[in-house]
Amino acid sequence: MAAAAAKQEGYFDCRDAWAQTLESLAEQDPRIVAVVNDSVGSSKLGGFQKKFPERLINVGIAEQNMVGVSAGLANGGRIPFVSAASCFLTGRALEQIKADIAYANFNVKLIGQSSGVAYGELGPTHHSIEDFAWLRPLDAITVVVPADPWETAEAVKWAASHEGPVYLRLSRMPVPNLEIANRKFRPGRAELVHQGGDVTLIACGTMVHLAAKAAIALAADGISARVLNMATLNPLDEAAVAAAARETGAIVTIEEAGIRGGLGGAVAEFTAGNLPVPVERMGFPGFVPTGSVEWLFEHFGLTVPGIMKAANTAIGRKRP
Amino acid sequence: MLKNDTVVTIREKALWMRRRAFQMVFDAQLGHPGGDFSAIDIIATLYFGVMRYDATKPDMADRDRFIMSKGHATGALYTALCAAGYYPEDWLHTYMQPKSKLNGHPNRNYLPGVETNTGPLGHGVPVALGIAIAGQMTNSDYRTFVLTGDGELQEGSNWEAAMSAGNRKLGNFTLIVDRNRLQQGMGTEETNGLDPLDDKFRAFGWDVEFVDGHDVPALLDVLSPVPGGRSKPLCVIANTSKGVSFMENKASWHHGVPNAEQLDIAMKELV
Repeated sequence: MAAAAAKQEGYFDCRDAWAQTLESLAEQDPRIVAVVNDSVGSSKLGGFQKKFPERLINVGIAEQNMVGVSAGLANGGRIPFVSAASCFLTGRALEQIKADIAYANFNVKLIGQSSGVAYGELGPTHHSIEDFAWLRPLDAITVVVPADPWETAEAVKWAASHEGPVYLRLSRMPVPNLEIANRKFRPGRAELVHQGGDVTLIACGTMVHLAAKAAIALAADGISARVLNMATLNPLDEAAVAAAARETGAIVTIEEAGIRGGLGGAVAEFTAGNLPVPVERMGFPGFVPTGSVEWLFEHFGLTVPGIMKAANTAIGRKRP
Repeated sequence: MLKNDTVVTIREKALWMRRRAFQMVFDAQLGHPGGDFSAIDIIATLYFGVMRYDATKPDMADRDRFIMSKGHATGALYTALCAAGYYPEDWLHTYMQPKSKLNGHPNRNYLPGVETNTGPLGHGVPVALGIAIAGQMTNSDYRTFVLTGDGELQEGSNWEAAMSAGNRKLGNFTLIVDRNRLQQGMGTEETNGLDPLDDKFRAFGWDVEFVDGHDVPALLDVLSPVPGGRSKPLCVIANTSKGVSFMENKASWHHGVPNAEQLDIAMKELV
């Protein structure tokens, strides 16, 4: 197992919010069931299993069966939350996700745990940086990437109430709660984290709090950066991207994922076809070398200084 | 209804399905008629002699479920659902036409009576297993039947599901294998042999029955009593053939389509 990230004051593992929220939803709605591939511990579903042993279906290490079974459970009137390491859930069972969940349009919630490069030194087999590119074209599936514990809980509640397939991409990397007043989770809508006019930093998941810090640091340099938390990748909030392009003229995307086909890809597709502006895409170029999560973030510039640098580059590429 | 009447009804429906399916394939010049013909008696037996359903309420919670894992055999499935009353015969005329509800592989979002979208092989058994588990969890008495091709069992996902079903001792779960011994390119045993198929399922914790997949009374005997006190899932290995002279034992009829002369010969034989 990858070394646990150092515990930091005010930082939280979003899996706790996920598991607690699911347990409380399951108390209210007997249709909710959990489906796992021997992933009870890594999904923090020990409490769920204790409370609802009959409602936890462990198919063993068999992801294709796990996803197919979840479609069948939905046919039988259950609301399955399929929780597994996102690398295996989305990679091994991709055809089942496409045909049995998206195309058949079953009310199944796919919960990708320990996504991105959370497994650090375990390497690219265990990283899930391709999942956005794989699932984003499946337009029946709403792809949600919560940025903090609050948003994780809200997204789980929303997923349970939403009729239709959802991919919820969670992380085990500790993150702080974003400091935003009067928050309301709005699927399909970008959340304004920080207002600004010179450049827009569009981030999702574990990268949002870093983008927020980068905006504050950029302000000290006299640069006004807008920060959007793009928690829903599919469908993309095109209006927010259009406003960012029109009003700030330059965009940086930041994601704990590959730079091809994910958030950066989505933003680049939209801007290229509608409002061409410089877009700097931050993430991973492909399979990454051996390293801890912290080292990988540092190595690929997924840090406050790295984001500041990309913001300056994007601004420098604006047409006069 | 007396069993003899049921047998007569099933045979009549199956004959109509065969003729109608072959005409559809001829009209569209597309389809998988070989797999339609080997499966039709099995499907007709389920819909007209075994299963509980109400075609006016396709979402009825306690309906018996039929999952067509060999989703390419739409000639068989679409004619069965039509004969069962899920939609009018007019719809069959649209088979494979632009924007038809009758796609080359079934879509539950377009077509009433379809339980899940199939097409890629090895998907039906896991989905059917999930349906059977849901029934077990809710103490429902509905039964789940899934039909696979035999070549399809080369897909590993079937065996993931078979292991899980065996361990769960799902007596309400029946897998029927359309054992026509042919797959797209050649015979199953020449490709990646399945025999001894019964031993494989027994080793995974299943009961196994062999049946002639065109012997309607025998199919009724095997399928009607399910679960009948069983504490294991049931695998029915149905030995099948095509039932039309020029199509027998030819893998090319997997997705071959008839010309006018062949249609004529088939219609003379299918009486």
